[in-house]
Amino acid sequence: MCLGVPGRVVSIDGLVARVDFWGVQKDIRLDVVDQSVSPGDYVLNHVGYAIRRIPAEEAEQTLALYDELLRAEDQDLMSADVKSELEAAGGRRGR
Amino acid sequence: MQEVAVDAELTFRDPARARALSARLEEEVHALGRDPVTVMHVCGSHEQAIARFGLRAAFPEGLDVIMGPGCPVCVTDVPEVDEAVALARSGIRVSTYGDMLRVRGTVQSLGDARADGAKVDVVYGVSQAVALAREIREPVVFFASGFETTAVATAAALLDDPPANFSVLSAHKYIPPVMEIVAEMPGAKVEGFLAAGHAATITGYGVFEPFVERHRMPVVVAGFEPLDVLAGLLELVRAIRSGVPKVVNTYPRCVTREGNRRAQELLWRVFRPIGGRWRGIAHVPNGNLRLRDDFADFDARRRFDIDVSSLWDYAPPKLVQKCQCGDIMAGIASPTDCELFGKECTSDAPVGACMVSSEGTCKIWLTYGGHPDLRNIRRRAS
Repeated sequence: MCLGVPGRVVSIDGLVARVDFWGVQKDIRLDVVDQSVSPGDYVLNHVGYAIRRIPAEEAEQTLALYDELLRAEDQDLMSADVKSELEAAGGRRGR
Repeated sequence: MQEVAVDAELTFRDPARARALSARLEEEVHALGRDPVTVMHVCGSHEQAIARFGLRAAFPEGLDVIMGPGCPVCVTDVPEVDEAVALARSGIRVSTYGDMLRVRGTVQSLGDARADGAKVDVVYGVSQAVALAREIREPVVFFASGFETTAVATAAALLDDPPANFSVLSAHKYIPPVMEIVAEMPGAKVEGFLAAGHAATITGYGVFEPFVERHRMPVVVAGFEPLDVLAGLLELVRAIRSGVPKVVNTYPRCVTREGNRRAQELLWRVFRPIGGRWRGIAHVPNGNLRLRDDFADFDARRRFDIDVSSLWDYAPPKLVQKCQCGDIMAGIASPTDCELFGKECTSDAPVGACMVSSEGTCKIWLTYGGHPDLRNIRRRAS
């Protein structure tokens, strides 16, 4: 029951939102979520309760972070000689 | 709006980024200059993502990612299941999450009790149990398991004026204290934790700062898409390599330092932490959540005289004594170390809790091919 699933809010009636999860619609409670939620928003759902609104810009923020991770410290991550040694060993070190 | 968000969702499975992250992870592990490095995640959803997307095949040699006590059904202790079974057998209607149905207590599971005629309902969530209580006149007990994320839902339901015939048997558990126990376990090899993004959505990542300070061990909060897991592991190995213990949040689309304050407020208004047993982990100080006195009227333990002694007349089946769920949840053993795995113990006939739940390590491993560590296969192929 621990799985959190993102879904898109279709409509809202008081504290109950109708949420679309990849084509399946369910009623989800909004008691717990701490941001205002509107139709069209994505929410992270957990056992029938929305625990977080996920705006698209924040999803993009995560992706930007990952790209940052890939760029970061490209030079000092490993010295060139270690890299070439690894390549010479077939790119993989045995255990 | 919809298209943007759906695209973003799919982007978290982008193969090019996944390959790049995987390659960078491999470089980091090599750069560490020793192996193996062992990290633990404490979430069934992480194990599911790892198994479902075949991520273990993308992990570099020298990196061991093990699953700790992150399956809420699995860590629900035997006496807690016994309480629910005893209640159900005494004629009280018990409703619970589907994966709790087959988890055995001393002798029986709630499913066994139902087969014997007890009134046991499977519900999707606590709201459904409350709705059931509104519909019928008899008492309805919700057997509530799960971590802080699920406990918040139970709290919200209790604060939303539930009917008087509704009550809760709380087996809720709180993750941060059990990380302390695992970190202090003798012989523990764990060098860092991958923390569950959903739980941290509630608690905020700030909750891990004292842990990092005390144990000088990094904690990285990660989400559940393939890229989330890879990026989380990459940050974790980088933090281990840097030698500077810290908390890193790689799930900013859901997790902030403070977390969901409203949820925390609801959680602690309804629950108080107490020490108690987790299956396989023994005693965890402040690891269990019990209803506060204000909610005594809705506390099944206070409302009903739960007598589990009648269950003690039975001897546990011999197979149960061989079950290694405890060691598996402590990260000491793998499912394939257990002689029952895939033989006497299967999804159809689970012996231990780890084979019951869709978040249990054994169930996940068996579902995705018995042994999801594909590195040996890849090595031969390359």
